[in-house]
Amino acid sequence: MKTEQQTFKKINATKQMKEIMELHFRELDEAAKTKSKKIAWCTSVGPAELLRAAGFLVFFPENHGAMLGASRMATDLIPVANALGYSPDICSYLTSDIGSYIKGQSPISKAYPGISGPPRPDVLVYNTNQCRDVQDWYNFYAREFNIPCIGIQTHRGVGDVTKAHVDSISAQIKALIPTLEEVSGKKLDYDEFKHVVGLSRQCTDLWKEVLQIASNVPSPLTFFDGAIQMGPAVILRGEQRAVDFYKLLLAELKLRVKDKVAAIDGEQFRIYWEGMPIWGKLRELSTQFAELSACVLASTYCSSWVFTALDPDDPFDSMARAYTELVIVRDENYKERYFEAEIERYKIDGMIFHDAKTCPNNSNNRYGMPERLSKKYNMPMLVINGDLNDLRCYSEEQARTNIEAYIEQLSEKKGR
Amino acid sequence: MNSVFGGVDVGASATKVALIDAGRRIIASDVRRTGVDFEGCAREAMDAALSSCGLSCADVTRIFSTGYGRHNVSFAQATRTEIACHSRAAYHFFPRKITVVDVGGQDNKIIHIALNGRRENFKMNRKCAAGTGAFLEEVAQRMDVPIAQVDALARQASHVVRMGSYCTVFTKTEILAHLRAGEKVPDIVAGLVDSVVKRIIEMDPLSGEIVASGGVVAHIPVLAEMLSRHLGRPVHILPEAQLAGAFGAALLAMETPVPL
Ligand code: SF4
Repeated sequence: MKTEQQTFKKINATKQMKEIMELHFRELDEAAKTKSKKIAWCTSVGPAELLRAAGFLVFFPENHGAMLGASRMATDLIPVANALGYSPDICSYLTSDIGSYIKGQSPISKAYPGISGPPRPDVLVYNTNQCRDVQDWYNFYAREFNIPCIGIQTHRGVGDVTKAHVDSISAQIKALIPTLEEVSGKKLDYDEFKHVVGLSRQCTDLWKEVLQIASNVPSPLTFFDGAIQMGPAVILRGEQRAVDFYKLLLAELKLRVKDKVAAIDGEQFRIYWEGMPIWGKLRELSTQFAELSACVLASTYCSSWVFTALDPDDPFDSMARAYTELVIVRDENYKERYFEAEIERYKIDGMIFHDAKTCPNNSNNRYGMPERLSKKYNMPMLVINGDLNDLRCYSEEQARTNIEAYIEQLSEKKGR
Repeated sequence: MNSVFGGVDVGASATKVALIDAGRRIIASDVRRTGVDFEGCAREAMDAALSSCGLSCADVTRIFSTGYGRHNVSFAQATRTEIACHSRAAYHFFPRKITVVDVGGQDNKIIHIALNGRRENFKMNRKCAAGTGAFLEEVAQRMDVPIAQVDALARQASHVVRMGSYCTVFTKTEILAHLRAGEKVPDIVAGLVDSVVKRIIEMDPLSGEIVASGGVVAHIPVLAEMLSRHLGRPVHILPEAQLAGAFGAALLAMETPVPL
């Protein structure tokens, strides 16, 4: 085991990523100030393609939530929402975002001087495919701004995605159109819709390739890199610049593979991260894993923005399918098969489940999954208690000891 | 003398030192409250152990540290987690397939050890200290019961009062209700120990042969007996249960090939 902190391998494309992200926030801010374009707030796995085609600029509050977590502003802002009756047990993206709104404090203004915070929306659009919290989150703003809040109620705990599921979601996507047209004052441009879905599909295919490049030994990419590089796949999907960016990133990573450049020097352990990132501790965690020569290289989380079903020739049904096929929507059996395939694809030595206090939807350790997988693969599993944003739910000392002991154990298993 | 090895376990409540000889016997030890200065406390404990057997630091071949403060022991050559050390110590006394239950000051651990001594799996309790030594200490204090008397009192119980809550704070209020309802102190104390046992049982199915370890079991052995009643089979108490972490660290220091 290493005793000194390893240097992190910088990904050069990060510069371009930061530029396009900044441009996106500046465009939104400009539109909000000048009213030149209407703004829709959309859930991270919501119908963003439709919104873009309907002429909206799209803002993703969950991305803001992640920024609140990563900047550690969340821990001070969550109690503000708690005091308003939003429980500390519900989504801490929601509570930190509402706290941020009430206090008028946002990491956006720190990252991008001149922008005061999230752009004021004209419409709020959710999909409950991920959880119910998003609907209640957006309804808070619907009351605040007195604007329409519309959405899709997705089936949950789905095994196989059937035609009945797709038909119902597709009909719900279509039912959003009249409100969107009314707010934007424009008719939906169907050709543009197909074009956006096509771009989103290209983005998704590239993003998938980026993630799966981690199946190389050694891996050129870590989960911690992925959590940063996924920004455009979430908030710029459906735009050409996201496609351009992922081409660039992919080329850089392919070069790493060719030159056998490892993301973690001397990679000895290949770890799968299941669950939400602990945003405020990414740095500490990535450092600890690097010191232990462990490469956390894949996650369900980063793959949540892979929508391979998207088809520009069948935009409604393919969107319905793509947004229902996600792991978070599926039943326990599907999830187990999915994890099995991932363990094999990435040649995983160990798997860490993050049990996030405020997000049961992304905490897949709660129905015996680690125990079942452990038995099947004769692989120890580790569960860490924490949270995506609420660091009050995280004991750093205990997590560190758990991780260290886990790697010790993997090392014993490998006979090192 | 050149085949003495040391282990230092800087725990959240107590710091323990064990020195062993080439025969893996403990030749000296020390236990003291950790306090706020981890390094200073570890050093004092080591000095005390050394002087009790007439040795000096130079006589010790290698020292490993463990416990929450393991990274604060500058005189140790390497660190190992508590999980590694407790496993090693337990396997020393029970060299077979076992399940170790370590009840510590701030956390509980359950470690499955294979026939060959390797760890198969481990679990630590959730982040809250419910069901740990800290829980017993705090709640006993609320009842003016010194922790040293918990074992004896629990043994005098005529029945075990059922505690309903996970939470240390809620349990304190619950005790008031039990006292008002006329429950006797020994019965409530037995209920507190039983509540720790229940937290342990919730963590794991506890298969196979069980070995209890850690400071809490060393001071309150009735806990192991109550666990055994719950499981319906014997629970061994590790010899030198409180020193297990330090002893395991010393064994690992001895067995780790040099250079590190
Ligand atoms: S899925 Fe989890 S983190 Fe995401 S919005 Fe819902 S509750 Fe929050």
